[in-house]
Amino acid sequence: MRAQYDKEHFRKHSLPTPFYPRMAELSQDSSWHCWKGYLSADYFENVELEYFAIRNACSVMDLSPMSKYRIRGQDAEAFFDRMVTRDMSKLKPGRVGYSVWCNDQGKVVDDGTIFRFGEHDYRLCAYERQYEWLMISSAGFDVDITDETEGVAALSVQGPTSFAVLSKMGLSGIETLKPFGIVHFPYHGGKLMVSRTGFTGDLGYELWVGGSKALTLWDELFEAGKHYGIRAIGTHALDIARIEAGFIQAGDDFTPANHTIRKDHDRSPFELGLGWLVHLDKPNFTGRRALIREKEKGSRYRLVKLDIDGNKPAHASYIFHGRKKVAGVVTSAVWSPTCKQNIAFASLEVAIDDPLNDLWAEIYYQRELQWNRVWQRCRVHDEPFWSPPRRRATPPGLF
Amino acid sequence: MNKYDAIVIGAGHNGLTNAAYLAKSGLNVLIVERNPYIGGATVSRELYEGWTYTNCSYVSSLLRPEIYRDLNLARHGLQVVPFGGGATLTQSGDYLGSYTNHEVKRREFARHSLHDADAYERFSTDVMRYCRFIRPFLLRTPADPTSFKPKDLSELFFLGKNLYELGEEELYEFIRFFTMSVAEFLDQYFESELVKAALSGSGLIGTALGPYSPGTAYVLLHHYMGDIDGNVGAWGFARGGMGSLAKALAGALQEHGGELRTDAPVAQIRVRNGRTKGVVLESGEEIDAPIVVSNLDAKRTFLKIMDQKDLPDEVVERAQNFKIKGSSGKLNIALDGLPEFPQFPVGCPLIKGDLHITENFEQLERAYDDWKNGTWSKWPYVDMMIPTLTDPTMAPPGKHMMSVFVQYCPAKLADGDWTPDKREAFGQTVIDAIATFSPNFKDLILHTEVRTPHEIEAEVGLTAGNIFQGDLSFDQLMFNRPFPGYAQYRGPVKGMYMCGSTTHPGGGVMAAPGANAAREILADLGRENITPEDFGDD
Repeated sequence: MRAQYDKEHFRKHSLPTPFYPRMAELSQDSSWHCWKGYLSADYFENVELEYFAIRNACSVMDLSPMSKYRIRGQDAEAFFDRMVTRDMSKLKPGRVGYSVWCNDQGKVVDDGTIFRFGEHDYRLCAYERQYEWLMISSAGFDVDITDETEGVAALSVQGPTSFAVLSKMGLSGIETLKPFGIVHFPYHGGKLMVSRTGFTGDLGYELWVGGSKALTLWDELFEAGKHYGIRAIGTHALDIARIEAGFIQAGDDFTPANHTIRKDHDRSPFELGLGWLVHLDKPNFTGRRALIREKEKGSRYRLVKLDIDGNKPAHASYIFHGRKKVAGVVTSAVWSPTCKQNIAFASLEVAIDDPLNDLWAEIYYQRELQWNRVWQRCRVHDEPFWSPPRRRATPPGLF
Repeated sequence: MNKYDAIVIGAGHNGLTNAAYLAKSGLNVLIVERNPYIGGATVSRELYEGWTYTNCSYVSSLLRPEIYRDLNLARHGLQVVPFGGGATLTQSGDYLGSYTNHEVKRREFARHSLHDADAYERFSTDVMRYCRFIRPFLLRTPADPTSFKPKDLSELFFLGKNLYELGEEELYEFIRFFTMSVAEFLDQYFESELVKAALSGSGLIGTALGPYSPGTAYVLLHHYMGDIDGNVGAWGFARGGMGSLAKALAGALQEHGGELRTDAPVAQIRVRNGRTKGVVLESGEEIDAPIVVSNLDAKRTFLKIMDQKDLPDEVVERAQNFKIKGSSGKLNIALDGLPEFPQFPVGCPLIKGDLHITENFEQLERAYDDWKNGTWSKWPYVDMMIPTLTDPTMAPPGKHMMSVFVQYCPAKLADGDWTPDKREAFGQTVIDAIATFSPNFKDLILHTEVRTPHEIEAEVGLTAGNIFQGDLSFDQLMFNRPFPGYAQYRGPVKGMYMCGSTTHPGGGVMAAPGANAAREILADLGRENITPEDFGDD
């Protein structure tokens, strides 16, 4: 399979997504970054305001750069069951499941969401490009794999008024859509798919259309949302929300196994706190043998959510046992505007005799160019920092 | 009393590096060079007025940054400038480009194969793992695996530790890697013939082997393990041509009081009672020194400038059997303007890098078949660059210089010796091939320097014109380079050493052999080690 680029593709490093014309109008500082080859907004106007759109009203983020693959065929379920760690027989048509997949060494290649459209029809959304991995993994399975990244445009619509906005748009029946459910609507001669999914830990949906309908969708959505606090957001705001929600991010909280050069820099699902996704009772899946061994022998690391004293985010801090022995490093950190907590994820080395009740962060922070250092006590937090009931309420509330 | 503590033979980059370190340590050092100019194969000469050629080696990446820094080469005038771009052109008018931006590079691969665009990530990660393994060994003396000396044991331990750190799975792969062909290696990742051909070049350059020959996978790695300012795998131009590298090293040598004599070909290394005494020049002049370091390849060192009666039979035999095959030639072309390559869109940066015209393994293997048949390739592998698009010093403004590395070109032809006519015919084959892609190329040619292995041997002194001073095959690497038992830079006669690419870690303009040899010489003299250690990765 070849991608449909012409020789001229080199003229811009990052390509515009189908929503770019609208986003460019809103972007106050033209602050973009490259997300897998596409222009993605850091923010449009103000990160804080955009963050509060997620938690207070309705946020809209362009998800189009996400790597998307369509997997169709008689063996599609068996193929996924073999590739990912989760028991895929439990994922029914019309449902979405989050999973990780591993290499033979039981180390995480990537994480992503699997959409089951029909009996033999799936979509995989992943952080990394996975075309080659899908090809390798599909050997012997009757499946057809196509890259849909370019053709499918997607918006993440998240926040307490998101349901109200979609209802206002006329998406009738959406009130019965449960978390991780999928519903399709006819849309201006094409199709609009809505899934009740997201990366914010809040009430929210993801909207998927063909690229040619993208601007229509954007316009109708913003028209419907104008009395509901709708706001376009960039990735900076999302990053705060996803840490509050306890969601790890490939590339931030772990390095995908196919990109790790140094020994022990990869991570197993257990080491990322994703043991709940590993169904060792499945007969066979890639990495199973190594994961059984790890289960017996123990893991090298554990990923913990930390509630840290004080208000200074522990970016890239070392975490210590008893302020003496290095226990690990912070992988993501942020001040939570909703919880009013100083929160972080940290990857800690596992040592049996080190309890987790005397953890300290060594935090460096800057004031007027001057660096200061402070020690803060950390407490391990088992639950997501933020998980409001509206996240699961069906039918959802209007705000 | 000797005027000199040490004499280094051959002012190529390794000889100069070695001499610079010896001088820096406080020794009285003389380096003798047979040509009227220095540099060996890192040489830039003006053969056509206004144009500087980079006559032999033409790009830099492997030069050890530790040496670059340690010998103040920047202050002595060296600047290595990375170039962007590069492409493999196809007969159909398409190409596979190598862009510096990750995403653009990926799209370019995806234009040919979506699978390969992803696979390139996995390939790069694996190659980087191996590079990371090998790099620390470049500035270390190989352990003698048969020795129980503490130093060798500690080196072997270091090797073991690094192997362990590769991880179990990678260790298997790595061991396979050393004996694989570059085609087999790339087949593990890629499906597109063009992608594979484009990536295989690094496994063939300077090597008298084809893409399907075992051992070529390592040669690929050898070309990937360099960096420019930490950008691993990047290559650049030495500003002013590769000769600036030799000039900077000579500057470092002179800064530390070393002496340099050109037009001083050595006839023989003098040995008396099993000890090195100095050298005798072809002029008959004798120069005494208790230490003589040869920067010539092992064959030339032991069979040409040493008396075989002074050597153990084993060394003579090993030298006779040393693998040093000639496989490449070089064209340096003065151009009246920039050649057009119409397959590139206007403004495309790919022309600034290395351009190639072999688009599949079949072409490369057929090119190699020609070499086996004792003739130059009818459709050659070329590594062609236009340094003047990056370096403003090499030609007048608006004019250009093209450097064309050509493979395969045998040292000996099936129909007898090289003659000027045959050399011109070889050059014409290459020019005709390039002109297939560039309609105005021939009209722009003002002057061409054509070098076959014959010229490279005659002018530079590399046996058979082998650019690495000996094949980079597994049996001639690490503690087997150049020969088993002689991999620690010491020759078979007391006071005699080797410092060329013929020793570990081999060729590619690293300057590592020169520095490593200096470390051993200083150790033998009981002097402090002043050669640099690897910067380290972690």
